[in-house]
Amino acid sequence: MRAESFDSRVRQALHAGRRWHPAEIAFWCLAFAAFLLFPRNLLLLNEIAILALFALSLDLILGYAGIVSLGHAAFLGMGAYAAGLFAKHVGGDPLVGLAVGMGAAGLLGLVTSPLVLRGSDLTRLMITLGVALILFELANSLGSLTGGADGLQGIMMKPVLGLFDFDIFGRTAYLYSLSVLFVLFLIARRVVHSPFGLSLRAVRDNPLRASASGVPNARRLAAAYTLAAAYAGAAGALLAQTTQFVSLDVLDFHRSADLMLVLIIGGAGYLYGGLVGAIAFKLLQDAIASFTPQYWMFWIGLFLVLFVLGGREIIHGAVKAVAGRLATFGKGGVR
Amino acid sequence: MSVALQTFDLVKNFGGITATAHVDFTLAKGARHALIGPNGAGKTTFVNQLTGVLKPSSGRIELMGEDITSLPREARVKRGLARTFQINQLFATMTPLEMIALVTSERLGRGSHPFRALDRDPELVSQTAEILNRFRLDDIVDRTIATLPYGKQRQIEIAAAFAARPSVLLLDEPAAGVPEAERRELMETVAELPGDVSVLLIEHDMDLVFRFATRITVLVNGRVLAEGSPEEMARDPAVRAAYLGEDAHV
Amino acid sequence: MLTVLFDGIAYGMVLFVLGCGLSVTMGLMNFVNLAHGAFAMLGGYVAVQAMQRLGLPFLACLPLAFLAAALVGIVLERLIYRPMYAKSHLDQVMFSIGLVFMAVAGTDWLMGSTQQFIRLPAWLQGRFEIAGVGIGRYRLFVIVVCGLLAFSLQWGFAHTRFGSRLRAAVDDARVARGLGIPVNRLFALTFALGCGLAGFGGALGIELMGLDPSFPLKFMIYFLIVVTVGGTSSITGPFFAAMLLGVADVVGKYLVPEIGAFIIYALMVVLLITRPHGLFARARA
Repeated sequence: MRAESFDSRVRQALHAGRRWHPAEIAFWCLAFAAFLLFPRNLLLLNEIAILALFALSLDLILGYAGIVSLGHAAFLGMGAYAAGLFAKHVGGDPLVGLAVGMGAAGLLGLVTSPLVLRGSDLTRLMITLGVALILFELANSLGSLTGGADGLQGIMMKPVLGLFDFDIFGRTAYLYSLSVLFVLFLIARRVVHSPFGLSLRAVRDNPLRASASGVPNARRLAAAYTLAAAYAGAAGALLAQTTQFVSLDVLDFHRSADLMLVLIIGGAGYLYGGLVGAIAFKLLQDAIASFTPQYWMFWIGLFLVLFVLGGREIIHGAVKAVAGRLATFGKGGVR
Repeated sequence: MSVALQTFDLVKNFGGITATAHVDFTLAKGARHALIGPNGAGKTTFVNQLTGVLKPSSGRIELMGEDITSLPREARVKRGLARTFQINQLFATMTPLEMIALVTSERLGRGSHPFRALDRDPELVSQTAEILNRFRLDDIVDRTIATLPYGKQRQIEIAAAFAARPSVLLLDEPAAGVPEAERRELMETVAELPGDVSVLLIEHDMDLVFRFATRITVLVNGRVLAEGSPEEMARDPAVRAAYLGEDAHV
Repeated sequence: MLTVLFDGIAYGMVLFVLGCGLSVTMGLMNFVNLAHGAFAMLGGYVAVQAMQRLGLPFLACLPLAFLAAALVGIVLERLIYRPMYAKSHLDQVMFSIGLVFMAVAGTDWLMGSTQQFIRLPAWLQGRFEIAGVGIGRYRLFVIVVCGLLAFSLQWGFAHTRFGSRLRAAVDDARVARGLGIPVNRLFALTFALGCGLAGFGGALGIELMGLDPSFPLKFMIYFLIVVTVGGTSSITGPFFAAMLLGVADVVGKYLVPEIGAFIIYALMVVLLITRPHGLFARARA
């Protein structure tokens, strides 16, 4: 009998990790309500949703699998160009284009994953940076295909699901991007709480013990890298489809660096870090752009330096304190 | 005698240094075997070759009659060879529950499953619970491993190895660094390991070795110096000279 | 063709002077300073300003560039770099990228985004021919200066007290500390020297590499290749890596201009995969 009750305790404890917190539900309700609350800012909201998806992708490999990357823009760019070229030359259906973007980026992730399996963090940073630079150069020199420095123009999108046409206010764009983000988030949430997700955390925490526990480290990391690449490709595809334009900028180094800042702001390893970070990042960018548009880069740099020098601990400490209070409040509400 | 684990002429060189010198070693099924030797005798190097952390320079390793010399680490675990580490190798951010659940899920072949929820898997739940119970971890399932006392961490180290349901279990100095007060519980755990598991204990603590082992191998300078029952080893003058340091009478 | 090769060597020489400081700081404190190029840019701008505003001769501007970059290096090392040594590589990378961004935007604000030029003295202009090989006077000057510099660095590294302490500290900082070597001061000095060399190289390289606010970003990958390929525990490793890179880049861009910098990035990735510890690391191990 005693063993029986302990079994159910174990089951409950395992369930606790994936239980929906009231704050999570509130977060998503707000995200969808933003469509009605901020009708004039839908283009910005769309950008936030896309950046959040991109950051979610980096969080999967950095926060869960412990792979550092300075070249995540490679997958964003791959997804954007694949989806853009597909829409231009094959067909304008958004969901098919999304799948094409994810597939192309995922394939690139799979092919380049052997490069990041071994080596120190430093080697990984260099290699991911190198891969992204190679892709940038390729896109730049294959001008006949990608439009080179002028960008890929002439992308025409059909309505989403054949019903919702893209408009200049970003209504369809935001709801489309947010829905894709939400669905992919649900999948990611499922994945990180699965045996596979647990094994990723094991490899991140201690690769030696992971392999001594029967985990095939390299194969799991490759799978996670491929999945994250596909997610970044989805973000790229959304970017191409909702702006109907792809420029070389999607492959630029600053995309990868910005993304790290987003995750530094939001914190890695709990899935919401990328989303919260993306909101903070874009609002900050928007606010700063209103008084000094051209020196945004300086402020990014300053934030990076301050964050690493100690600001991160302060902010996360404050957030944790607030979250703790919210959590007790939430539990009180449920009971 | 049926054999669980065997090495044939195993050699490991590091540059000019020979850390393992032509070792022929046999671990019988169900054995309680201890591997002893002074510091730097090559005990951990030997274990690291058995488990695939290091690649031997030459020689062969067989597990249950099957050549495993060039198998990757995780494949050896799947074939029933598990180990603990001299220095704790734990998943610091996990709870004991998660760590044991991970090992169990890998053993059950669930590890690559990306969608199944851990708690919806009755087999996983009951086998994880069983290990937590057996190793007296049931009162700390929810604590982060990094925050637990050292003795408990040592306990988890053994539990995680045992959760792989090994036929051969290698314990690399399980009691090292454990305070006296927590030592007894740990030794009881080791003594209670089921009889069908063959255990190789690498240990410095002679007290523990003589209480636990029915057979002892003495390794000195990467070479097997002697092997036999604990009584024989205690009497052997060469062992006493090399290992116990009692060379005053020579 | 030989002329192109010659240009490649000159280019590689400048890359070496720019990158060798980075490789020593990386080897010594295991610190990844992606902002190294910012010091080179500083040297470049100091040289340009000194020539244009103060009317100083070119040769006087080079040491000035060195001093300015070294001085800023000392101050920054003391103020903001030192707390970073204990942090993870990822943090260091983020931190120094932040510095790069600030330097790029700050320079843009102060100096404008236009390309900077210097007017070389007459005796360094033009080219002459030896056995049909066109040789640029300035490139020859660069090769001679950098060659002497590389030689004296190698000599200093191998034969002076400072050099032997540095080698001991690169080998094992903890042991060196135990031996009474003041590793922190050693590092501050080395850091300043590295920054100074970068500033010097930045001034010397204006003619070859150009100079505008995006300099630290544009050439970041080049320095990193020099360091990762050349290893971090000697002078000769980065030297040969810089030569290889300079020649490959110049010759590659000359022969197949369409694919641009593609060659060297591919080269780096291949080298990092096949020799993850640097091209010249194994020989020493």
